[in-house]
Amino acid sequence: MQKQLAKMKQSLFDQGYLDEQFIQLEDLQDDANPNFVEEVVTLYYRDSVRLVQNIEQALEKNPLDFSKLEGYMHQFKGSSSSFGAKKVKTECTQFREYCRAGNAEGCKRTFQELKKEYATLKKKLEVYFQLARQAGPVEKACRPK
Amino acid sequence: MVLVKKQRSNCSSNELHVLAVDDSFVDRKVVERLLKISSCKVTVVESGRSALQFLGLDGETSCVGFDELKVNLIMTDYSMPGMTGYELLKKIKGSSKLREIPVVVMSSENIMTRIDSCIEEGAEEFLVKPLKLSDVERLKDFILKGDDKNRKNNNSNSLSRKRKSQDDLVLPMPMATLCSARNHDFPSQPKSMLDQPLQKQPRLVQTD
Repeated sequence: MQKQLAKMKQSLFDQGYLDEQFIQLEDLQDDANPNFVEEVVTLYYRDSVRLVQNIEQALEKNPLDFSKLEGYMHQFKGSSSSFGAKKVKTECTQFREYCRAGNAEGCKRTFQELKKEYATLKKKLEVYFQLARQAGPVEKACRPK
Repeated sequence: MVLVKKQRSNCSSNELHVLAVDDSFVDRKVVERLLKISSCKVTVVESGRSALQFLGLDGETSCVGFDELKVNLIMTDYSMPGMTGYELLKKIKGSSKLREIPVVVMSSENIMTRIDSCIEEGAEEFLVKPLKLSDVERLKDFILKGDDKNRKNNNSNSLSRKRKSQDDLVLPMPMATLCSARNHDFPSQPKSMLDQPLQKQPRLVQTD
């Protein structure tokens, strides 16, 4: 089962859904905190729901408040990046560039892409964490104290 | 409202108490875990204002003796609503009670002017997010070394009240090894190394 888990993780990396930061966080897990990454990601989902709502509302305004949108997206990018959500982070960066360029259509289009990537990642991580819980904690290398 | 999450544990003389300030739920959780793994006592707050309240600088006195609350390091996010990390840094460095506490600023954005202004205002270090364990561990080692030297300086009745002003002149190496250049586009010669020797040095460029 560990092999299956490793394979799935590799695939998530190869397809660009996750980056090295995810591994950084997994390395912080131990017997006492075996599900730390899942807890972080759960917090992220909760936070993201709020941000997505704010962004959607802001995108309905006319004219768009690009500065406000950029601010929301800065938060979204930050939290995505904190656990290694690579594709989502890329969409956030793109969105911010459109904000800076004052490109409303670009923003709206990118936001749709972002939501897609977010939903895909969420589904994949749900499977991954379920597998991780079944597989049990992995032996971690000793951390320097 | 002060949103404080405090780890209660025995504070050994080598255990750092770190106050982490970040408006992001996710980042608070990550920094807290990184600090705990590094055997630090951690207090996490969500805003600059909460941080000042915790430090007893917001017109309210701490409800516990200052010694127990003694904070060895403050790590603050830069971009926060209300009071930014930069503004918090200025308030801390402007306080006779708190200015000796090293402050590290964190940001997901690698902006030279931002880094410069934080370092000039007295930040010990500017870390680019996302944070890694190695960032925290290096920080901890650096702060512990500084604390040891401070104790020695105090014991020898040093006239200088400026924290680590002597150390800055004799400790270039720890600062250099502390810095790593993930996601940095620095000019080859960091600005503050060229001027006032008492200025804190910004992160130096190294390749990973």
